[in-house]
Amino acid sequence: MTMASASTPTVATPVAAHARIDTAGLAEKITLRNLEFFYGDSRALKGISMSLYANKATAFIGPSGCGKSTLLRVLNRMYDLYPGQRATGQVLFDGDNLLKDDQDINLLRARIGMVFQKPTPFPMTIYENVAFGIRLYEKLPKSELDGRVETALRRAAIWDEVKDKLNANGQSLSGGQQQRLCIARTVAVKPEVILFDEPCSALDPISTAKIEELIDELKKDYTIVIVTHNMQQAARVSDFTAFMYLGELVEFGATETLFTTPKDKRTQAYITGRFG
Amino acid sequence: MAEHTLKRFDEELERLSSTISEMGGLAESQLAQALVALRERDTESAERVIAEDARVDALDIAVQEQTVKLLALRQPMAVDLRVILSSIKIAGALERIADYAKNTAKRSIVLAQGTSPVAAVNGIDRLGRLVRTALKDVLDAFAHGDVAKAHDVWERDEEIDQVYTGLFRELLTYMMEDPRTITACTHLLFMAKNIERAGDHVTNIAELVSFRATGHGFEEERPKGSASLYATGSTP
Repeated sequence: MTMASASTPTVATPVAAHARIDTAGLAEKITLRNLEFFYGDSRALKGISMSLYANKATAFIGPSGCGKSTLLRVLNRMYDLYPGQRATGQVLFDGDNLLKDDQDINLLRARIGMVFQKPTPFPMTIYENVAFGIRLYEKLPKSELDGRVETALRRAAIWDEVKDKLNANGQSLSGGQQQRLCIARTVAVKPEVILFDEPCSALDPISTAKIEELIDELKKDYTIVIVTHNMQQAARVSDFTAFMYLGELVEFGATETLFTTPKDKRTQAYITGRFG
Repeated sequence: MAEHTLKRFDEELERLSSTISEMGGLAESQLAQALVALRERDTESAERVIAEDARVDALDIAVQEQTVKLLALRQPMAVDLRVILSSIKIAGALERIADYAKNTAKRSIVLAQGTSPVAAVNGIDRLGRLVRTALKDVLDAFAHGDVAKAHDVWERDEEIDQVYTGLFRELLTYMMEDPRTITACTHLLFMAKNIERAGDHVTNIAELVSFRATGHGFEEERPKGSASLYATGSTP
């Protein structure tokens, strides 16, 4: 690590973080370059540089307040909703900086979908929950819309459970079903990237397993980014894992390497439960 | 390394390591006793070695039980995972070493009933002492997480192999010169092979000591005098 950064003193890129990834056959979907984020005066992300690879799941782990959720919020410009919050550096999405001022936020959020910690179904029917998003972006005839809703519900592995009650209220479903309904809603607008913010923290182990199985399935078509407190979950579902601490990207590497032979002492301490 | 937030986890890992150390000490003394039994034609010692083997087996089972419990309940990661995985493999190697000691002891009882070539017995004693010293050193390396010392042990396997090859040839010569020694020499040959195998397990333990500390064994080609093993045209 010291060798690499010594030879390129002007670049703040954490070279070590990338040193162990074999990038052959990987396409960069999103590339962060020296990303910094500020809540007012406080710097929550410090010079983050890394890549999120297409059709791979990347997990962010780290203690509370390390910046992992902040980073996720940057990726779809969620922070735009709040005054006093700003990001600097670059977030290249297919090569195009999504932090630019004239970025079409609605289009961005259609291309980069997000699933939240608590299931957030709208107070409407199951069908409408899914159709709602599609209607925002596209005008489709009823038959085609029906098809899109069904496909989305199937992709979210919930179709069989709801096909006979599409007109029931979305909020009448169980927590795990609601979360899968939200995933269906996200998938319905055909995003390219799906961000998961602690998607299973409010779910029981069986619903969690279903969501994890789903993430594995979704990877074939989407780029997945998942923030989780559950390290075993990160280990189970992700191809790459990033460990963050105090706003810094400490270590980034192939999941199996990071969990078996982490390079940084802080990563080791965190994943083995020796923190603080 | 700092302690786990969960103290029980530390205690369980310590218990695992101390079980391995106990097992290592026992395997070492079994090997030493088996060599005494051969050298002194002491069948009582040999009987004790045979009886004591059950204790090593019991410790091996204890290690297995502890590792299964740790894996199931603690979901270990990184260094903890490596410590636990290497423990189960080290225990397996120690169990094998003790088994070879037992086998050597059994054969020494047979040998004690007749005459055997003194020079060859001395050669086996020398081979055995080399392996015993290597075992003692690798157990020290294990106790202190000393990778450099483990590497030193690992390199010594070449010498053990050479001594074994020398013994092999020597025993063949005795048998050709005087067919009446064939029974004794065959036993001695098996003993030599057993002790050489014990040495290989010591080498494996050395690699595991490195693995638990660093995540990898010793990368270079393992030192092997094995090509010379077949120099006589016969298979040992």
